[in-house]
Amino acid sequence: MLALIGKKIGMTQVFDETGLRVPVTVVHVDSNYIVYKRTKEKQGYDAVAVGGIPLKKSRITKPYAGQFTKEIPPLRVLLEIKDYEKDCEAGEVLDISLFEDVKFVDVRGVSKGKGFQGVMKRHGFHGGRKTHGSKLHREPGSTGQNSSPSRVFKGKRMAGHMGHEKCTVQNLKLVGIDKEKKVMLIKGAVPGVRDGLLIITKAKKKK
Amino acid sequence: MDLIKAIEAEQIKENVKQFNIGDTVKVFYKIIEGKTERIQVFEGVCIARRGEGAKKTFTIRKISYGVGVERIFPLNSPKIDKIEVVRLGKVRRAKLYYLRNRVGKRAKIAELIEKKAARTTGIKIHEDQPEETKPEK
Repeated sequence: MLALIGKKIGMTQVFDETGLRVPVTVVHVDSNYIVYKRTKEKQGYDAVAVGGIPLKKSRITKPYAGQFTKEIPPLRVLLEIKDYEKDCEAGEVLDISLFEDVKFVDVRGVSKGKGFQGVMKRHGFHGGRKTHGSKLHREPGSTGQNSSPSRVFKGKRMAGHMGHEKCTVQNLKLVGIDKEKKVMLIKGAVPGVRDGLLIITKAKKKK
Repeated sequence: MDLIKAIEAEQIKENVKQFNIGDTVKVFYKIIEGKTERIQVFEGVCIARRGEGAKKTFTIRKISYGVGVERIFPLNSPKIDKIEVVRLGKVRRAKLYYLRNRVGKRAKIAELIEKKAARTTGIKIHEDQPEETKPEK
């Protein structure tokens, strides 16, 4: 597995080699660090911790900063990844060129918060008729049976808070990499707000 | 947002022919059929221009065998070989969607006579002046 930590900048379009327009999300990936390494001999499994996005000075606490060696600035995001495809040592700096040969990526992020939403928006219920004397428009309808079981089953889909949850979008095409600008162009939309954190990994299901 | 502007700046074509709403233009559009490439000409009135930066598009309307045909082109598309202005139009709107409801003579646009326009308004229209790129803020 390969992974980097980036920031969503926004969306635009580019022309591909055939001259067609491709909608892309611009993701800024500044230097990522290997913060520590786990090995089979010592810890029982192989993994590395990738860190990204330096912290503001005022946000650093001494205990938190203690995890990082002198060469690495305290970072906001730490991510332990098992079986990292690239052989690397603690303290190494990773940059965007890691993804040069990658064609498809999975993007993880936190989706935009939608607040308290009804069942139609949140779960795609159809609701009732708008006209013809109907008095049931956007309601969920019945939530269960009568005296047996005389309760609502767990997991019944109802209105509630929507969005602002972990979300992965798989198999997005990596349209381009700009090493100078430290920018990745990913086809289509990715979860989250602008300036939101993203974890970009090599696609699990598509090569 | 500056990163987006920088990426779009790479996409913007240089020396795009300048034309306005109401002008009759010829768009030379490249079409790839298998291995061969040929150029198709689409001639009509520009009825709308929209978008910012690299995302600018324009809409061309023509009447083909009595049927109105509209086509939207990306202004910076590499598929556009060139654009030619056939006739300047004299219009008072930025979007000429009203042409859709008109047929025959009423759907015509008065020609803008350059000399007259220059005399009355003091604006000269230079035919071969490329599209001005907005200075970045």
